[in-house]
Amino acid sequence: MSTVFEPEALSWYEGSARQRIAALVDPGSFREAVGPEERETSPHLALFDLPEQFDDGMIVGRATLDGARILVAAQEGRFMGGAVGEVHGAKLVGLLRAAKALGLDVLILFDTGGVRLQEANAGETAIAEIMRALVEARCAGARVVGLVGGRSGCYGGGGLIAGCCSALVVTEQGRISVTGPEVIETNRGVEEFDARDRALVWRTMGGKHRYLIGGADRFVDDSPGAFRNAVCEVLKGPGRLDLETLDAEQARLEGRLARFRTAGDAVAIWSSLGIDDAPAVPGLSTRAFRALAVCRENADDAR
Amino acid sequence: MERLSYTLDAPIPAGGTKSQAIVGVVASGNLEVLLERVLAPDRCTVEIATAAHGFGEVWAAVVADFVTRRAAGGLRIAINDGGARPDTVALRLAQGARLIAGDVP
Amino acid sequence: MRDWATQKAARAARIAAGASFARGKVVQAADLVPFLGAVLRPGDRVCLEGDNQKQADLLADALAEVDPGVIHDLHMVQSGIVLPSHLDVFEKGIARRLDYSYSGPQAARIARMLYGGQIALGAVHTYLELFARYFIDLTPQVALIAAVSADRDGNLYTGPNTEDTPTVVEATSFKDGLVVAQVGEIVDRVPRVDIPGDRVHFVVEAGRPFHVEPLFTRDPGAITETQILTAMLAIKGLYAPYGIRRLNHGIGFNTAAIELLLPTYGEKLGLRGQICTHWALNPHPTLIPAIEAGWVEQIHCFGSEVGMDDYIAARPDVYFTGADGSLRSNRAFCQTAGLYACDLFIGSTLQMDLSGHSSTVTTNRIAGFGGAPNMGSDPRGRRHPSEPWLKAGAEAYPSTPAPLRRGRKLVVQIGETFGDGNVPLFVERLDALALAEKLDLPLAPVMVYGDDVTHIVTEEGIANLLLCRDADEREQAIRGVAGYTEIGRRRDAGLVARLRERGVIRRPEDLGIDPLDADRSLLAARSIKDLALASGGLYRPPSQFRNW
Repeated sequence: MSTVFEPEALSWYEGSARQRIAALVDPGSFREAVGPEERETSPHLALFDLPEQFDDGMIVGRATLDGARILVAAQEGRFMGGAVGEVHGAKLVGLLRAAKALGLDVLILFDTGGVRLQEANAGETAIAEIMRALVEARCAGARVVGLVGGRSGCYGGGGLIAGCCSALVVTEQGRISVTGPEVIETNRGVEEFDARDRALVWRTMGGKHRYLIGGADRFVDDSPGAFRNAVCEVLKGPGRLDLETLDAEQARLEGRLARFRTAGDAVAIWSSLGIDDAPAVPGLSTRAFRALAVCRENADDAR
Repeated sequence: MERLSYTLDAPIPAGGTKSQAIVGVVASGNLEVLLERVLAPDRCTVEIATAAHGFGEVWAAVVADFVTRRAAGGLRIAINDGGARPDTVALRLAQGARLIAGDVP
Repeated sequence: MRDWATQKAARAARIAAGASFARGKVVQAADLVPFLGAVLRPGDRVCLEGDNQKQADLLADALAEVDPGVIHDLHMVQSGIVLPSHLDVFEKGIARRLDYSYSGPQAARIARMLYGGQIALGAVHTYLELFARYFIDLTPQVALIAAVSADRDGNLYTGPNTEDTPTVVEATSFKDGLVVAQVGEIVDRVPRVDIPGDRVHFVVEAGRPFHVEPLFTRDPGAITETQILTAMLAIKGLYAPYGIRRLNHGIGFNTAAIELLLPTYGEKLGLRGQICTHWALNPHPTLIPAIEAGWVEQIHCFGSEVGMDDYIAARPDVYFTGADGSLRSNRAFCQTAGLYACDLFIGSTLQMDLSGHSSTVTTNRIAGFGGAPNMGSDPRGRRHPSEPWLKAGAEAYPSTPAPLRRGRKLVVQIGETFGDGNVPLFVERLDALALAEKLDLPLAPVMVYGDDVTHIVTEEGIANLLLCRDADEREQAIRGVAGYTEIGRRRDAGLVARLRERGVIRRPEDLGIDPLDADRSLLAARSIKDLALASGGLYRPPSQFRNW
């Protein structure tokens, strides 16, 4: 953990949840709610003789971004893989309900492997409550923007929550999925998906692919500054959620399925998007990648 | 979980005026340290929750050195340990003392 | 009348037996098992490549399939016990006796088999020592080697991973032994001739490249703050004051941190051009930023490293390359270079006792020696002087008059006081002693002996053993950097304080280093991706290291 704070020197991927928040929002503007000093820890982990974290791996609070008030939540990906437990989930539910009540936008800094197995029932319930609270906040006009670029990615229930967001900002290292690579391999066999082939994992679930296939809305460098710029941009756009939006999203997904259903690998999808040298995509710099991503699938106003 | 608790005389009072600071993450080989400025300036308490049993002597030595060498007076320190090595513990404690003193922006 | 050409005749007989499976020199992979059954004899001394990195895996698997009724009691002499098949041959009774150097990947299994009496151990060697014996009393009768490609005359291209092959072939072929090579493909013309065809008797086309382990890649993402602190201590407390230009790094995260701190921390200290210019080193990806920043004049390599071939070919001013452009490595020469032409060796270990003896052996894992004891030893046959060598010699032998006072190579052990699983580095008694008792060995397997070690670097500071005047001071100097281990907690505080006053022990603050400054932002690259970018995209990391 860095003790000398230099916002641009921080790698988002490497940073802790608190470091990411501090570097993302207006300097010094973050006010934490239900902070570590309140010691709202997991009521379950002691049963398993597992260590707790004072904030249960979920940091919530308010801040300003370019002067405007927002609410922020960040998952600590290195604590139990950022997995969602009872208190962790409850804090995010509370934040989203506050967003609806206060009419404020929300930033969710995802870094999660999904539900915490030791708290499975409470965790799954929490994820459902989070999705409901998120949708209600959006229906009330709040935008909810997801940021994905951490070590644990955005998996399981996290992937489901991300799917409800107004917009997603992702880096190359970031991954968004529901089922994880190892589980796919266990269930479908190594010929279908070799979880140790990390290049394959990132082709299938990583930031570049998600951006190209319309599963994420902005693609940025691994830095808080890059996230900040993208978030500010996204917050200028609309964020409504209504039947029209849902119909458009349904149509978009049906179209995507029809268009790419025979593709056996992401490279085939990228080729059919019109990218000349599809295998070279993972090696491209951010600038080069964004330049040729003009043919990407766009979510437009379907979200 | 093993719970350890130490109360010591602290020769150097904590710097700055911040009421609390937190460093670290509970992960394998790591720990989180919460520091709260709530005690008399010549006292320091350290409470530890750790899944690694039987290292009381080592914790005692690390804590004693920290309180002697760093500005720890007045601090109630609470630790959740993920099985960190003693040098990592010493580092986080020192980082915490520096953070609460406001020596970093 | 004595027949003085028995070995020539024996080889001719083997060649004749093998010829029925071959067209010219070429044997089909499908015929490999019966072919080996025909050319081998029971009790043969066989060298199977078993190098540190590359493996003649097709030949190894075939050897493990021969009929033990026909071929048995082989004496294996090889650098590395790496593949499962290297031990399967013992389990099946095909092989009986073993002389080798390194068994890291099979450390647990070889330990079980040695205890179980399934292997008759000759000895565990260093690489250079084993190579030396190939020419004296362990000359292979049959060598099973690995190359990239061959032509029909048997000329071999061993490429970047040339490693041990020239040494093995030299000893075997010129002492009337049989050389059998597996190659990825047979071509009309090899890119360069690493092994001339008249030394090679048979070639098998595997149809795929030989197996290579990426052993020398360390993910910068895994380097901890403590490792960075030890790296800062090494650079400022050792490399700078002794002026270390010529050196070898043992593989590990501490040394990877040193490599990544050169262009940042080293640059800030103004050390570019004064240290770390000439290396005996495998192509560590973590050295890329320092090379790109102009720190490195020259590197000679033991072998190559997966993913580095294109980068190496693009930097021929730094690396040894052939006319074809690819790396030429050579373990025997590089080990010799590390011994005689380097002024410092620095590496990590698992256990160290109060005499400074270190070992990587535990009672249920036997990893062997590899190259470390060779690199980590003081070469008393050295005669050419250098500044660091003379300076260390003056510290070691203060009462010897200068003209008769040999220098000392710096042999440094670096590591955190607690290792993986919070197991202490410092112990009262090495597990190696228990192993020697259990296996009835005359010598405990010590990696680096206390009288070769010159310095110990931990997060607590640097202990200079050259300045210790007796065993007592040596013991307290070690305790004085042993941190919060039991060994460290039992130090004589007064004696340690006096050692510190004399500079025998130096703490970070004595060197102007604040442990709180040991931060990952000092690393010139913080991820494998950063290394690939630093190389301009020339370094292509293997899949298991990717997160993009």
